Amino acid sequence: MQDLISIRDLDKKEIELYLKEASRMEKMLSSGQLSLLKGCIVANMFFEPSTRTNMSFQAAAKRLGAKVLTFHHSTSSTAKGETFADTVRMMDGYADALVIRHSMEGAARFAADLASNPVINAGDGGNQHPTQTLIDLYTILKLKGKIEGLNVTLLGDLKHARTMRSLLYGLSMFGAEVTLCSPEQLKIDPEIISEVKEKFGAKPTQTSKIDLAKCDVLYVCRIQKERFSDPYEAERMQKEFRVDLELLSNAPKNLAVLHPLPKIDEIPPELDSTQFAKYFEQAKNGVPVRMAVLYRCIRG
Amino acid sequence: MPLMVKKIEEGTVMDHISAGMGIKVLQIISAKYPIEKSAALIINVPSKKLGKKDIVKLEGVFVDEKTANRISLIAPNATMNIIRRGKVVDKHKVVLPKVLSDLLKCPNPRCITRFEHVHTTFFVEGGKLRCKHCERTFLPEEFE
Repeated sequence: MQDLISIRDLDKKEIELYLKEASRMEKMLSSGQLSLLKGCIVANMFFEPSTRTNMSFQAAAKRLGAKVLTFHHSTSSTAKGETFADTVRMMDGYADALVIRHSMEGAARFAADLASNPVINAGDGGNQHPTQTLIDLYTILKLKGKIEGLNVTLLGDLKHARTMRSLLYGLSMFGAEVTLCSPEQLKIDPEIISEVKEKFGAKPTQTSKIDLAKCDVLYVCRIQKERFSDPYEAERMQKEFRVDLELLSNAPKNLAVLHPLPKIDEIPPELDSTQFAKYFEQAKNGVPVRMAVLYRCIRG
Repeated sequence: MPLMVKKIEEGTVMDHISAGMGIKVLQIISAKYPIEKSAALIINVPSKKLGKKDIVKLEGVFVDEKTANRISLIAPNATMNIIRRGKVVDKHKVVLPKVLSDLLKCPNPRCITRFEHVHTTFFVEGGKLRCKHCERTFLPEEFE
């Protein structure tokens, strides 16, 4: 039994075990319904909106034969003012694992200290989203056969997107060559750059100009317009950092475009049917990866 | 003419405080211990080691380990002298521990520790402190 709170808690070997387990789950999925977690109950506690993470955790639990308790923040006692701590303690008594999404950073770590059953972080504010990072690494590995030495560009609002913090950490651990491409005011937290340099000897480069000539993987996240006080400035930046067919006309043919989704304007619909678009495949990988996470956390 | 401050009989002398930090050290101590007897804050005292230093003398106050840890954040060179019957019975440098538990409030306004009743924990990494919960790092001067 183990928690999964932060990608920073895992070493390379542990991540490889998750990825290997995900591959096993994907193979087993094609053979039908599984019963590896039959008799178990997984509680999905989402204190903020989610589509993919919530649905794919539910699908993963059901594919493994577990039952799912779904917690609705707006109709629960938290709306009456019940503390997060009490809610966690209570749900811990009802389920065999807690999957938690919360807007407050550190919420999952706090829950893990309170709960006797495994806690899985499904995103805590701007901090961590470890299962998304596992999905991203799994997808890259599936598409490219390796991570080490790949040229990966992370593009968009690197300051506010929690997926990018965790992903830079994971990619650096596996030896990818990372380029961080963002508007000047939306650069990634320098602290995370120092950390990956120190821990993994990584040398991520930072730029505000998109150059895909040698890029193997382009990972896009949206410019968060709501963070700007000037809507015109937000609009301008979104146009500048839009990934369209024209931008990709000079890109390598085997470039994979990934996105944690939801995508809004940063990737136009006409890209969806091109050979570059791998984001729906990436989202689909959420099921076997989260199956691996649930299985390892509950049974491991 | 040298400045004369009366010796204390029973209490604590915090010496080798970085110049300018004495007032903050006094604030940290007085937040934990009400200053009911005489206390002295001496600033900009010439020092061979530090060039200039501050000293805090407190009659009737014996600073505990937790408070000393808190002081080590802002005055890493400080020494703590315990005085009994007018004599130094213990003298040691404050030490910044590897883990600071339940001592500091996380400066991150989005950290769960700011909303729920949580015992905070900070890990000392180089010159910074990392919150166990939100995982962000802070410089000592960022704490209230």
